[in-house]
Amino acid sequence: MSISLEVGPIFRTQLRNKLGVILIALQIAFTMTVMVNAVDIIQDRNAKMASPTGLDEANIFHISSFGFGESFNESTVQDEDINMIRALPGVIDAAIVSAVPAGGSGSSDAFMSEPDQREFTTNAAVYRVDEHAVTTMGLKLVAGETFGAEQVRKRSNSEALGADQVVVSLAFAQEMFPGAALEAVGKTIYDYENHGLRVIGIVEKLQSPWPNSDWIVERSVLIPDIIIDGNTTYLVRTEHGQRDDIMLEVEERLAASAHERIVRNNLSMTQSRAELYRLDGAMGKILYVVIATLMFITAMGIVGLSVFGINKRQRQIGTRRALGATRAGILRYLLLENFLVSGTGVLLGAVLSIVFNMFLVQMFDTPKLDWYFIPIGMLVLILLGQLSVLGPARSASYASPAQAISPSH
Amino acid sequence: MFLYYIRLSMLSYKRNPVLSSLMVLAVAVGVGAFMVMFTLNYVMGGDPIPQSSDQLFHIQLDYGDPADPASQPPPQLTYRDATALLNAPFPYPRVATSKFQGVVEPENTELNPFYIDGRGSTADFFKMFDVPFAFGTGWDSVADENQQQVLVLSEALNLKLFGGENSVGRVVNLAGKSFRVIGVLENWQPAPKFYDVNNGGFSRTEEAYIPWSLIAGQRLQRAGNTSCWAPRTDNSYEAFLDSECAWVQFWVELSTREEKQAYTDYLAQYVAQERAYGRMQIPQDKRLYNVREWLVKQEVQPDETRILTALAAMLLAVCLLNTVGLLLAKFLGKASEIGVRQALGAHKGALLTQHIVEAGFLGLMGGVLGLGVSTLGLKGAKLLMGEQMNIEWMQLDPAMIVVTVALAILSSIAAGIYPTWRACSISPATHLKIQ
Repeated sequence: MSISLEVGPIFRTQLRNKLGVILIALQIAFTMTVMVNAVDIIQDRNAKMASPTGLDEANIFHISSFGFGESFNESTVQDEDINMIRALPGVIDAAIVSAVPAGGSGSSDAFMSEPDQREFTTNAAVYRVDEHAVTTMGLKLVAGETFGAEQVRKRSNSEALGADQVVVSLAFAQEMFPGAALEAVGKTIYDYENHGLRVIGIVEKLQSPWPNSDWIVERSVLIPDIIIDGNTTYLVRTEHGQRDDIMLEVEERLAASAHERIVRNNLSMTQSRAELYRLDGAMGKILYVVIATLMFITAMGIVGLSVFGINKRQRQIGTRRALGATRAGILRYLLLENFLVSGTGVLLGAVLSIVFNMFLVQMFDTPKLDWYFIPIGMLVLILLGQLSVLGPARSASYASPAQAISPSH
Repeated sequence: MFLYYIRLSMLSYKRNPVLSSLMVLAVAVGVGAFMVMFTLNYVMGGDPIPQSSDQLFHIQLDYGDPADPASQPPPQLTYRDATALLNAPFPYPRVATSKFQGVVEPENTELNPFYIDGRGSTADFFKMFDVPFAFGTGWDSVADENQQQVLVLSEALNLKLFGGENSVGRVVNLAGKSFRVIGVLENWQPAPKFYDVNNGGFSRTEEAYIPWSLIAGQRLQRAGNTSCWAPRTDNSYEAFLDSECAWVQFWVELSTREEKQAYTDYLAQYVAQERAYGRMQIPQDKRLYNVREWLVKQEVQPDETRILTALAAMLLAVCLLNTVGLLLAKFLGKASEIGVRQALGAHKGALLTQHIVEAGFLGLMGGVLGLGVSTLGLKGAKLLMGEQMNIEWMQLDPAMIVVTVALAILSSIAAGIYPTWRACSISPATHLKIQ
């Protein structure tokens, strides 16, 4: 008997048990809706979490020192610390930075291409750094050069900005000088206090401290400006594989040096990134649990209802076996039956998924579904249905015809 | 009769253990998952201070750079305006408050110096926000005026420094200065942290509280968000205090409609006067926000929890559809038994009640198991959120336990209505014949 011949009778049989069919089909449709949309959200979060800062992240860590007490001379201690760190074997380079990319905290400023032109400002993350920043971060210069030690100005909070040069990210240059980003080198930009800064170099990519928000993201500027306010953060890049050992060594040495200070936030970039994206990561994990639970429940529901349906039809199946139907024939019948139900479910599921996605997009700005999610979701749920029914169907096909039609049952 | 039906339900469970357990599991998972999300949503979108949330008002003024059309008014006040509003001629409780950071150098030399998050606030802070004290009290307005170096410790910091004993009168060396402890708080972690949502609506409360006037007076290291929309005249600290830089949270408590009206009028007048000086050029319609309005405006509740609640509702729907299907299978499987009972004279109402009780019984078991599922789920969520956040509220309270079990029972009964009706509509004759 060909499969196409069986479809008609199965379909008509199904019509006699409408509610059972509707229940399973609805379950499959809802499961598919949740699964498809959850995977879509997970994928979007994962893409966000994986977006690179532009730094050699795997080999970089940072550590902060906070000085207190009357005798603490931050400027001297900084020089002492950074020279000690740079001299350690395994350290490629180290820099003083005011903020760490994807580190979660930092400051931003608004920049203008003409003084006092406040109606056209471009916001950017501000990194106040020394001359080692570009090599320590492992940034790629696409135009111009970076600053030297002689450009770096140290100052206290109450002194005005002394630096007059800046290295910017390509994204910032593109926003500030649309269409002529690479020609930005040599031009002067102005901060909100109308202080002129000459662009001397452009780096390919440098994210802000908060790339998880939609604000600024990759528009950054590096200013050779160290503010002496008690708090210093060192960014350290090590040879591959030596980061963790050097992190410990640096922390011990800084703590052992005889200064009144607290050493804190000793974190690798991997760690601070994970902390920044914690909510996104948590969301992804919760969604995986939701998907797994749903698939499990749906599968169990299908198993339960198939066992029931098959038990009810023991007599019918036995009769068919006695009339010469093969085991494979019975199995095929039951699988096909399930396929028809699941098929109805996933068709409904396709529509529901799109409707629910439209709701999510509108309410929460989640990304639109990619078209291929729908066929993949349909396929997965049809497979799930077939697998769930396989067990009960197999045992039904093994029932001996004599037992099935015996009146004592 | 009810107890008899419960006994019948138990017998029925034993007769069909796999099918019945599947149902219980489905209800447990569905209700459990939904309650986890509901608890998160309920707290994160909830009211952290219900007794006075409609009397506490956060103030936002007409800030921003008129040259920049995209400029949004920052949610805090400048030092200048906060000081002016503190001195406004009203008897209403009010508080100016902001964060600072500093190093604590313990007298106990076994402890290394450590860094803390502190809060400067004016005297009314503790009374307005119902902050619970374990020992001592807060300070009064005289301490604010005179910049007295007094300190209120959090429960955790008091435990760390003084082993949790009554430390009122002791001295703490903070930010290079000596402070006298005048109070110790009980554990206090409002969620959301409504009084300062600028640095994460669910971050932990600060560890030490001092008079706000000390922050500017002693130039303590300020912490938290600062936004500016005009260049400063120079780099001096005085110029900063006088600048268009907002960094102070300001709340006022207005108990009656008349008080609110009087204060609204006062603010309008204050803004008009400042506008005449060239400040506050972007007019705002609304300057007073009560706690709930403020939490909504600042979008404190993360989208994540609401998306997850929508998904959890779908999960619950799937679990209930599942229960309907399985109950249908189970009840129809009992068709012959129902037939016999009907033949023996049981009327339809009794059969309906019996099966509704049976569905409710399965729901009860599902609900109890669902409590376990939600407890585990909340533990998992806590683990995922980490210690940076205030997560103490992430647990089931008694109200939630009742809601969970009730939801499980009600939804199972709802799911059981159609299967029950189907099973009881069977004509007894059909089934008696087969026997």
